[in-house]
Amino acid sequence: MPGAARRGGWVVAGLGTAAVLLAAAPLFLSSYPLTLLTQALIYAIFAMSLDILLGYTGLPSLGHAAYFGVGAYAVAILATEFRAGFWTCLVAAVAAAILAGALFGPLAIRAVGTYFLMITLALGMLVWGLAFRWVSVTKGDNGISGLERPTLGPWSFADPTAFYFLSLVTFVVSAACLVVVVRSPFGMSLMGIRESEARMRSLGYNVWLHKYLAFMLAAAFAGVAGFLWAYYNGFVSPVEVQLVTSVEALLMVALGGSGTLVGPALGAGLIVFLKNFVSVYTKRWLLILGGVYICVILFAPGGIIGALKRRPR
Amino acid sequence: MSEIQPLALSGLSKAFGGLHAVAGVDLSVRPGERRAIIGPNGAGKTTLFNLISGDLMPSGGRIVLFGHDVTRLPSFRRAALGLARTFQITTLFPSLSVLENMLLAAQALERTKLMFHRPLGSYGHLYARARAVLESVDLAGKEGETAKNLSHGEQRQLEVALALAGRPRLLLLDEPTAGLSPAESQMMAALLRTLDPAITILIIEHDMDVAFGLADHVMVLHNGRVIADGSPEAVKADPLVAEIYLGTD
Repeated sequence: MPGAARRGGWVVAGLGTAAVLLAAAPLFLSSYPLTLLTQALIYAIFAMSLDILLGYTGLPSLGHAAYFGVGAYAVAILATEFRAGFWTCLVAAVAAAILAGALFGPLAIRAVGTYFLMITLALGMLVWGLAFRWVSVTKGDNGISGLERPTLGPWSFADPTAFYFLSLVTFVVSAACLVVVVRSPFGMSLMGIRESEARMRSLGYNVWLHKYLAFMLAAAFAGVAGFLWAYYNGFVSPVEVQLVTSVEALLMVALGGSGTLVGPALGAGLIVFLKNFVSVYTKRWLLILGGVYICVILFAPGGIIGALKRRPR
Repeated sequence: MSEIQPLALSGLSKAFGGLHAVAGVDLSVRPGERRAIIGPNGAGKTTLFNLISGDLMPSGGRIVLFGHDVTRLPSFRRAALGLARTFQITTLFPSLSVLENMLLAAQALERTKLMFHRPLGSYGHLYARARAVLESVDLAGKEGETAKNLSHGEQRQLEVALALAGRPRLLLLDEPTAGLSPAESQMMAALLRTLDPAITILIIEHDMDVAFGLADHVMVLHNGRVIADGSPEAVKADPLVAEIYLGTD
């Protein structure tokens, strides 16, 4: 299959170029674009985690911000109230996100299709309600401020360039982990569930268990993204867990191309830059977001990666 | 082979509201038996399969599979006991390749299906198994094809291949020739005749040539009840069967 080999060559070349550009970015980018790129990397982790559910397992979650937010709140609370360090916060953020996923998963994966969408939406709103109302812990609408960028041994991540590299390394490690998972027997089973649950069950798969594990895996990496976000933003509020955050993540996945991992990462970058660019001129970001969503569904249902894949045929 | 009875049903029933799709079916299948289940549309044949496979839960009665009472067990546990099925409406993994379809089937009963840190590509025995079964259903040249791009006949062959990949001891075939041309039906019948005689098979089939050619035992279902059960000759000669099914058109 020379076509596939050539395409494989293009993919390797593309990823290699991207890696070099990302590693060298601080050399030629001024601080504002670098900040945006940091934000894009964090959202890329978040979008890839959602892709495990949406793209690979076929579960359209409309409440994925819950796990991102739980991770971010865990960091904010521990770092401000208890002066917890880097590793404590990372472990706590991931553990809290997995715990939330473990609690919500059984409720959500009872349902399929639109009902799954509705239940995850409701669970997401539940977390938003907690963030908003549980003032003694979350400081409610005021949010938790005063988060300082962490240090790790001899390194301080206070400097934007240092924090950029922290985000880049976390992104690369997360992406590598997720690529390994989707290429494993377990990853293949998730695609089988997306394609036909009935067939999976009759072949002998415990579909419920596989979905549950996928749910917690997605929550874990959303927690990793939330961890970075809390430090990046220095401030965590109910905005992090609101519906719009979940919808933006869905759009990142759809725009880039679901079920590809690299697509959602690309989509995250595009949405972050679009959002910041547009907000210079107008406050109607949600209107633009909706417009982009409609265009993707109408003209590029497979996203950017889907469109690229179709081209060479 | 073991002499454990592959399947025994007693008083098996399924009601959808007031409709008794399966009404008190008793059935006892011998090891290695090839039994055809025939009957007019709506007789309850597919519902009976769905009850046996665990896709539906019965309203009453008992299902014993290889000596285990599985009446309330989910389908994946029944598959682990050696049960496999095909679907009347082709149920593949449409956007995956033929080989990926087969790998999913080949790893279904392996412990390694939950492995998440090793690439699937490193499990050589799964690939060997997948390719051997593809070979046996004449799909060896198609492994790179996306399942939904196969012809209908090839999709029906893959449907059977998926069921065979887990080395089942009891196979439920739900109209394997559904939608096939007469020539394709003949090929499918030939393929089914090559299956390991140790596999016990229940087959729902509308094509009488296929059904009577494969089965040593025929059961006729009508309105959810068994109205005849015996050798193909005996069933063909049964006046009641002739009246409600075979003769009238």
